Amino acid sequence: MTNTQLFQQDRSNSPLLKVNKLTKLYAPGKGCEDINFDLYPGEVLGIVGESGSGKSTLLTCLSARLAPNDGEVLYLNRENNWLNLYQLSETERRYLLRTEWGVVHQHARDGLRMGVSAGANIGERLMAIGERHYGKIREKGMKWMQDVELDVDRIDDKPATYSGGMQQRLQIARNLVTHPRVVFMDEPTGGLDVSVQARLLDLLRTLVTEMNLSVIIVTHDLAVARLLAQRLVVMRHGKIVETGLTDQVLDDPQHAYTQLLVSSVLTP
Amino acid sequence: MTTMINVEQLSKTFTLHNQGGIQLPVLDKVDLQVFAGQCTVLHGDSGSGKSTLLRTLYANYLPSSGAIYVRHQGEMLDLARASSHQLLSVRRDTMGYVSQFLRVIPRIATLHVVMQPLKERGIADKEAKDRAADLLQKLNIPERLWSLAPSTFSGGEQQRVNIARGFIQDYPILLLDEPTASLDQKNADVVVQLIKKALANNTAVVGIFHDAHVRDAVADQVFSVYSDTSHANDQTPSHIN
Repeated sequence: MTNTQLFQQDRSNSPLLKVNKLTKLYAPGKGCEDINFDLYPGEVLGIVGESGSGKSTLLTCLSARLAPNDGEVLYLNRENNWLNLYQLSETERRYLLRTEWGVVHQHARDGLRMGVSAGANIGERLMAIGERHYGKIREKGMKWMQDVELDVDRIDDKPATYSGGMQQRLQIARNLVTHPRVVFMDEPTGGLDVSVQARLLDLLRTLVTEMNLSVIIVTHDLAVARLLAQRLVVMRHGKIVETGLTDQVLDDPQHAYTQLLVSSVLTP
Repeated sequence: MTTMINVEQLSKTFTLHNQGGIQLPVLDKVDLQVFAGQCTVLHGDSGSGKSTLLRTLYANYLPSSGAIYVRHQGEMLDLARASSHQLLSVRRDTMGYVSQFLRVIPRIATLHVVMQPLKERGIADKEAKDRAADLLQKLNIPERLWSLAPSTFSGGEQQRVNIARGFIQDYPILLLDEPTASLDQKNADVVVQLIKKALANNTAVVGIFHDAHVRDAVADQVFSVYSDTSHANDQTPSHIN
């Protein structure tokens, strides 16, 4: 079978993540409520909305880090079994997060171990899935540093000595080293200089295409959403007010809130 | 003749919620058929709704009512009722779109911008690169510019990069929104050749061409779009601006 055929087969018509009636409320209107959507292999889904709209709560619930009040998240794993996320044991959820899933935090220091070297940060996930050979781990660490355009000579430096953009790329390498199938990202370009942001966007898009990754990305930056996401979910007061193809939602928004959001963007 | 697009009773009205809920009716019960190997030119005055119709065909605008059947993987799929997942599949495999403006991640080399649609379909680097280089050459973008990001290019050059990106894949349906608007005669002729080649390849082409010379050279069918109200607007609705 050629590569192309493999690629197309993998992009099947069946979703790999199903979200049904997911609800996590801290107070009425605070959190997320009655969230429903499917995510397909290779698809990038953007979640947009102003701060306080429940985007991050939703992402935390989706990525197995916060138990919902109601509803379910179903995931089709590599072995083709549907897993009901919050019926798994804590250990099983943690295992999933270290293997088939990845989480890229807005602040790299939440997703990195600041006290150990960059190489150890990348190697940690490999060790978690049973890789023990030091040479192999280091080799993969170096390969991934190159893939995210980090200077391999700095593999033994601690992430604290890296710039914000470099830390973000290290965080991405750390997540992708185990070839996850779904990656959750919370404002991955937030707080970065625009020049660094463009490079990170390019890197993310290349990796997503090459690894056929499914991504759920939370952002308040509509320009970032347009460049990365194929589909958008617009949230307000914890609920989804509009969904659709990214360019359709941004160019022909239907809901009053989305129209307001889109018309409020400054263009340089 | 194979029908590739069948538009039935398509209407589109924009509702501007934040401007007193004002309604802008643009398309009113449009019927249109588009055939394989033919070029359908959308014609009408500025503000008549040509662009709105073209964008609705690409699912960039949401129809208010009516149906848009598109031949996708051997079946007629109604875009007005299709899921986002199906729409993405239509765009990946069936329908290409060349807009007037190039919208890409900043600082990416032109060659890679053009290669990208093929990469997304899993085509190998080498083949994608060869086809991108061939198109850029045909469209007279000097090779020394290929490694630069198109944001530094002139308007006409950016448009040619956009055209290369649109024509790199052999889509069964190709939508063109004024592809020759800022091109000189020589490059407009190259675009005419590309369109003719696509038509010979049995692609169904739907386009808006202000340039009469281009229009006469490629049109098989001219479809007139009339605006039914005085405030119909061919531009992006004002809540975007």
